[in-house]
Amino acid sequence: MSKKKQVLVACGAGIATSTVVNGAIEEMAKENNLSLDLVQIKIAEVGGYLDTADLLVTTAMTKKEYPFPVINARSFLTGIGVEDTKKQILEELKK
Amino acid sequence: MSHIYFDESIILLDLEVKTKEDVLNAMGGNLVEKGLVKESFLDAIIARETEFATGLPTNGVSVAIPHTDVEHVNKKTISVAVLNDPVDFGVMGDPEETTPVKIVFILAMDQAHDQLSLLQRLMKVFQNEATLNYLANETSKTNIKNLLTEKLGFVLEGGE
Repeated sequence: MSKKKQVLVACGAGIATSTVVNGAIEEMAKENNLSLDLVQIKIAEVGGYLDTADLLVTTAMTKKEYPFPVINARSFLTGIGVEDTKKQILEELKK
Repeated sequence: MSHIYFDESIILLDLEVKTKEDVLNAMGGNLVEKGLVKESFLDAIIARETEFATGLPTNGVSVAIPHTDVEHVNKKTISVAVLNDPVDFGVMGDPEETTPVKIVFILAMDQAHDQLSLLQRLMKVFQNEATLNYLANETSKTNIKNLLTEKLGFVLEGGE
């Protein structure tokens, strides 16, 4: 069994939107039998996880480059395109 | 779940505004007046919206969910405004894009990670075109209050 993937869930304030996204990913992981290390943070705190994170899912997209993939999580809030986003996340997690 | 302050006095209808700053000043100013948030809330929410936009294009009318850090909040509340004419907000996660927002929900939360079910319910409202259209066109604050109280599962404090 490979090491648990660390997934960062970030929004601007670390209060509202990331909470929703965090819940959605938790559910998705359960459905797919994935064991994840989910970390809910503010986007400004991503810098502290550069060495450990495998994926960043965020509603506060920045232009900054990170050493791991970044997925836009807005669809979890509006429902538009949410299946595509889930597929994208799953693909990254199964790598 | 902790109690939330929600009544007609924080529901603003036919708001006549030109910019998103006008919206935030009108809604935030009302919350300051009522003592639900601190005076620092106004600057904080405008700064946050500028840095991290909260406009959400939906299948119905676009919405925005401005929010900021918990330290500016005295009492957990959600203020709702329906704008006379839509105002452009930046799109969450796509700062280059804007969306014409008709309904604004200011989320004044007093704890960082204590509102998952409330937020999930709110997102369900955003995914329901019929509900959004109803909110955009309803003229009775009491009807809006009752609908949102039911849809969001509010536990109301005082006044009911």
